[in-house]
Amino acid sequence: MAAKVVSKDRLNSVLSHWRKNYRVYAPVQKDRFVQFEEWEDRGEPVWEFQNSRLSPKFLMEPQSEILLEFSLDPRTEDSGILKERERVYPLQIVVGIRPCDAKAVELSKRNFVSQEYTDSYWVRRYETTVFVGLGCNRPCPTCFCTSVGCGPFHEEGLDVLMIDLGDRFLFRSLTGKGRDILAEMDGETPSADDEKLALQIREEGERHIVSRVSWDRIPSQDLMTLFDAGFWEDVAFSCINCGTCTFLCPTCWCFDIQDESKGVRGIRMRNWDSCMFPLFTLHGSGHNPRAEKFQRVRQRFMHKLKYYVDKYGDGVACVGCGRCVQFCPVNIDIREVAEKMNNYVRCECKV
Amino acid sequence: MLKYADKIRQEARDLLQSGEVDVFVGFRKGTIPMMNEPILIRDARDAEKLHWDSNCGINLANYLTKRKERMGVVAVGCHSRNIVTHIVENQISRDQVVVVGVPCEGMLDRRRIHELAGRREILEVLEEESGIVIRSHDFEQRHNKQDVLQENCAICIHRNPVIWDRLVGEAVKEQDGIDRYEDIRAVEAMAPDARWSFFQQLIEPCIRCYACRNACPLCYCPTCFVDESRPQWVGKSIDPVDTLTFHFLRAYHCAGRCTDCGACERACPVGIKVRRFTKKLEKDILELYGWEAGLSLDERPPLDRYRPDDPEEFIK
Amino acid sequence: MKNPYVPYPVRITEIITETEDRNLKTFKLEFLNPEDEGKFAYMPGQFAELSIAGKGEIPIGIASAPTEKGYLVFTVNKVGLVTSHLHNMKPGEIMGVRGPLGNSYPWDRMEGKNVVIIAGGFAFTTLRSSIVYMLEPRNREKFKDITVVYGARTPGMLLYKDTLAAWEQRDDINMHITVDATNDPTWKYNVGFVPAITEQKAPSAENALALVCGPPIMIKFTQPVLSKLGFTPEQIIMSLENRMKCGIGICGRCNIGTEFVCKDGPVFTLEQLNRLPKEY
Repeated sequence: MAAKVVSKDRLNSVLSHWRKNYRVYAPVQKDRFVQFEEWEDRGEPVWEFQNSRLSPKFLMEPQSEILLEFSLDPRTEDSGILKERERVYPLQIVVGIRPCDAKAVELSKRNFVSQEYTDSYWVRRYETTVFVGLGCNRPCPTCFCTSVGCGPFHEEGLDVLMIDLGDRFLFRSLTGKGRDILAEMDGETPSADDEKLALQIREEGERHIVSRVSWDRIPSQDLMTLFDAGFWEDVAFSCINCGTCTFLCPTCWCFDIQDESKGVRGIRMRNWDSCMFPLFTLHGSGHNPRAEKFQRVRQRFMHKLKYYVDKYGDGVACVGCGRCVQFCPVNIDIREVAEKMNNYVRCECKV
Repeated sequence: MLKYADKIRQEARDLLQSGEVDVFVGFRKGTIPMMNEPILIRDARDAEKLHWDSNCGINLANYLTKRKERMGVVAVGCHSRNIVTHIVENQISRDQVVVVGVPCEGMLDRRRIHELAGRREILEVLEEESGIVIRSHDFEQRHNKQDVLQENCAICIHRNPVIWDRLVGEAVKEQDGIDRYEDIRAVEAMAPDARWSFFQQLIEPCIRCYACRNACPLCYCPTCFVDESRPQWVGKSIDPVDTLTFHFLRAYHCAGRCTDCGACERACPVGIKVRRFTKKLEKDILELYGWEAGLSLDERPPLDRYRPDDPEEFIK
Repeated sequence: MKNPYVPYPVRITEIITETEDRNLKTFKLEFLNPEDEGKFAYMPGQFAELSIAGKGEIPIGIASAPTEKGYLVFTVNKVGLVTSHLHNMKPGEIMGVRGPLGNSYPWDRMEGKNVVIIAGGFAFTTLRSSIVYMLEPRNREKFKDITVVYGARTPGMLLYKDTLAAWEQRDDINMHITVDATNDPTWKYNVGFVPAITEQKAPSAENALALVCGPPIMIKFTQPVLSKLGFTPEQIIMSLENRMKCGIGICGRCNIGTEFVCKDGPVFTLEQLNRLPKEY
């Protein structure tokens, strides 16, 4: 494990250096919020922000991605045959990703890599990415990462952890990949004071988490009992079935596959999709198993807090980033729903 | 605005107890600052959950369509105009809804308040007679309400409900001397290239989440045109042309019906000023047909009817 | 790294219109690259994504049996964008097949047992695959009695009519073909709904497994009949349909509870389904 300290005014030169071999993605101010974008020399990345509006999951799963291409020209011999487009996957570094979003990548990996199938697109992007995380000195009031197996300085999914010490950053490598990029970095060895300050900041950051969610009873709840609970209709009333929660969520990965063609050339692409949309489960026959809004709302919460738990036995598919809480247009709060699910006891009384 | 909360609870309680309505749609206090959640209650005892303040900008008329019950609903000026539009468009019948009208002096713009607070963490926002107080761990700010209103509220000319069965307070003075279309004229004055860039920049953050469409009470089509596959009118990716097509066409579908309630802008998770599209259509309809949406139960919107003297210069 | 989204290119060699309403067509497909056939090793019950460049993909049960070499057979119902285009294609045209996907019928469990097949309408496709597989001389002795109740609305709506007639003649399989109703005086088989005919023929639940495939309404009325005959939920095997896109358990849309219909299914026992949400 290697560690280096770099003063903030020298950080841009570190990024420049990395840019020689990697595409560098850093947090950039876009009008009123922060997004991860490919960092160009001309702009200042921001390091004082709560979290980016969209999570950096797009680095592994772009919102629109071409999977295959084809020709429809009947004169060519490969007409109608779908092929993978030749593509180079450049090395990329994402600097400033929050620990919640990094853990979310690890959670998502279970979906894209299984014993039987490997999503070669996601995996190639993942393998060419170095994750340099930024610990949260001041988590938001809506962050509940510590309740779901994560935390403001959690290391899962990161190659390097950066800690903001005020006028300088302490970089600590956590993996071989991390050690390699730190090796090239021009920085000082951390002093004992640096380490002490880092520990203090870490403890303070964790203390700053005020939002707590209990889900300890959910794993032992019977799946169908939770599914048939009476509170779903109430939870779902205000929902407008948009894609905000799913698109902003770092652990949502569902996508749609579509073909588009123009003239004799075409592509098969995938686009982010949402279980909130009515079309998501619509059969060709017209039958829709989740035709009602409450069924779709129930699906999202059951998937994140119960199905994923039962399927993989390793916690909920939520990292407590709080984006859905802050940006749901109608203030549906996953923390409240989790409590409802956690406390649910089926009423046996006859009314 | 806070003073209306008790009256709203009282009205809801009475309506449910008497059986005049089967359900009542209102707001409950949200779990984060400056947000409230729409709720539906069936039991008079739940009326105490109802809340009202200047963060009630979500358009409750959005929740009325496709329901068969008799509904009570809280509505300010613009939202009541959407209820009128629903009735005119046969989405609900007049006797199905009991409107609890609320005179409104404007809703708060959550994003603007975050900006004024320097994007620092906000613990709470309190409403006072004269304005608001933003409170956090280590700072406090005061602002006049005028400076923190939603953009559509700042230029509102229909603050009082236009349809109501119960009114929770005295009518407020309507604003006069308001220029509603200054920003639209600025775009109209642009040369085509500049205008194209303007719209491309406007829509650049769009992630096709459809929060704008779904928050809008006018968008109640069983299958939206973007979701059709036979034929597929619009692509589903974030291709900028497809995205612009969606926004332009949606605005056209709202022409003559939009009440500028701002629900679309409130809902957008990436802060797009969606009203830049719809307001242009509102201006055109006003200038061409002298029409404002949702003011009369007896007239159909201009794109819904034909008159021999309808303007035709745009038909070439 | 194998790319699981790339289909094998195939050529349509034959198209047969199966039903009188012309909505069901059977397609015989040949691999363009002979080595792809070896990679496409499947068992009856599995499905594949039929891929048409420029239109999309559809998940269709494999109707041919692995014992039928050199080609694949799929029977497709015309319902939407892709299937309509497919129905307008001609022999010689190129398309793609991605698979085999999903789990098959539980062949290990079925060995040494009586196999009861109950099917309705055009859900019969993977059961054609199963029956051809079981009747293959090398395989027949692995299974005991084979009883089939297969029905459609009218005689013209039955699939694989010639094959059915041939099976009817055999003495190593008990065929009970039925239609809901018919005016055809030459109709020599049963008349009645599939659940009713099942009840009539009363296949024994002793050492038996039932494969049940059909429209929801048929399933709804067949389950009680099977219960009455003594079949436990573990003995009833069902094959589900759901909207799919990737077919490999990644895009997230076909789940019922914790299970993906495309990957953990489409074959489930009734016992499993009783513990899962009915979102299919």
